[in-house]
Amino acid sequence: MSVEILDKLKERFPEAIEETHQLCGDETARVARSAWLEAVKFLRDEMGMNMFIDLTAVDYLGRESGLPRFEVVLHLRNNETNQRIRLKARVPESSCSIASLCSLYKGADWFERECHEMYGIKFAGHPDLRPLLLYPEFQGYPLRKDYPIAKTQPRIPLLAPEHKPSRRAMDETEPDELSCEEIKKAN
Amino acid sequence: MAQDTTKDLHTDYLDIMIGPSHPATHGTIQMHALLDGETIVDIDVEPGYLHRGFEKECEDHRWNQIVPYTDRLNYVSPIINNVGYVMAVEKLCGLEITPRCQYLRVILSEMCRVTDHLTCLAAVVMELGAFSAFLYFVKARELYYELIESVTGARVTYSWTRVGGLRWDVPDDFREGLRQAIPETRRIVDEIHRLFDKNRIFIDRTAGVGVISKEDAISYGITGPFLRSTGVAYDVRKAHPYLVYNELEFEIPTGENGDNYDRWVVRMAELEQSLRIIEQALAKLPDGPVNVADPRFTLPAKESVYSSIEGTINHFKLIYEGIQVPRGEAYAYVEGANGELGFYVVSDGGTKPVKCRCRPPCFPTVAAMGEILKGYMLADIIPTFGSVNMIGGEMDR
Repeated sequence: MSVEILDKLKERFPEAIEETHQLCGDETARVARSAWLEAVKFLRDEMGMNMFIDLTAVDYLGRESGLPRFEVVLHLRNNETNQRIRLKARVPESSCSIASLCSLYKGADWFERECHEMYGIKFAGHPDLRPLLLYPEFQGYPLRKDYPIAKTQPRIPLLAPEHKPSRRAMDETEPDELSCEEIKKAN
Repeated sequence: MAQDTTKDLHTDYLDIMIGPSHPATHGTIQMHALLDGETIVDIDVEPGYLHRGFEKECEDHRWNQIVPYTDRLNYVSPIINNVGYVMAVEKLCGLEITPRCQYLRVILSEMCRVTDHLTCLAAVVMELGAFSAFLYFVKARELYYELIESVTGARVTYSWTRVGGLRWDVPDDFREGLRQAIPETRRIVDEIHRLFDKNRIFIDRTAGVGVISKEDAISYGITGPFLRSTGVAYDVRKAHPYLVYNELEFEIPTGENGDNYDRWVVRMAELEQSLRIIEQALAKLPDGPVNVADPRFTLPAKESVYSSIEGTINHFKLIYEGIQVPRGEAYAYVEGANGELGFYVVSDGGTKPVKCRCRPPCFPTVAAMGEILKGYMLADIIPTFGSVNMIGGEMDR
């Protein structure tokens, strides 16, 4: 059913689509990293892939030489037609970054934060790449294949009582400049 | 006479931490809230306290050894996780499971959905102060815990499925037990309906609170009862039927407003739909084996292991090396109690996965919570967090 989508994707990005397959019935396309954001935007706006399902990465450490180490994997779904697609992009270790999808899907925010802390892949344009499941002092990227499974982390000193954890920058005006009335009105 | 009493009032925002272990919430999560009086100006949700490296552990274990880890994802409905995981592996292997196994997986999954919804709703009302109703819910849940215990031998961590089948068939008195449990559940659920559906206090605390729009919910990737409360009738069991769901009749209850009250209504209605599915599946349950007759996946019978060299070798290979899964990738998804539960597995043809990713259904919902709660009162966090139904095990993995 969604083979049509793969065809349209190939038609629209003849250069950037590197590979497509339908193994086990899952329509999959691999896109060049440079066209990642554009391809997802096309899928969302013109193919109706409005539901963000999943984003993760796979570490293929030590596979055939010359191939980039990581692959970012995205699953999307069309809520009207129930079509699905998996989009992948290869990311080399030397320049470990890819465009963030936060501008297209609200759901991308946390999935990208998790992917960043686990694999060390940067999502360019992400507003807030603080660690999500790990703590700020965590050393290394635990889901990389060269992170030993039994590795232990150093103990971190206790925080001072006056320590305040960092907070994401707020979208609106700084809190002190906004009066209570304005907040209530905005709500 | 009239004195300005507001003159010396403290007007700064109050920065407070709620959790990670707060008595009014269930689940280990921290909420970093900025309050103006009692109004939430901003809230930063910080999960991760139960992170234990599920994906990392999976990459170090053989395919069937991962099943017990999936129990610990959503420990309120473990069999749905068991089923979702083995379905992903079976998809990659191209394995067709037996009809009896399909029906049994449906029945036990729906029983787990009932326990999950009962637990979630029980927690919501208890945190709003209705402790006696909590006990009603738990009484109903106990019926299913006991039945599932009679099948799997465990009360919480069942580890019931295997790639290609099940660990155990159901015992002889299982059918009779369910026949008694279902009407009893209906009776209890009916009592709870009468306690809450027109309860002024309950409606005041939940209706119009924690509202999310259809578009936002879809863009966040929210699924399950939370999405259906906004009026989107997306249910994996209908949209992408798996196992034998296309042979069973049931409806998808939806809400309209996307608030806490609608999520309560949707979950209560889904309880009845799950009971309907169990009844139909029980009536249609075919006889036959529960495991595929394929020595590459299924352990041989004990008699064969002890009396023939082929049986011994087969047993040894499966235990010592484990099953081999062809090279490739697959994403399988089921309707978990909280929404779409997906497993993305990658194999290099070996006996351990290269990657085993769990797409946790409550993850996008918790991600949206910061935005949902803005502008509501501090007390509204409690029913909203309850209806999000965050399960620490699958949220943090």
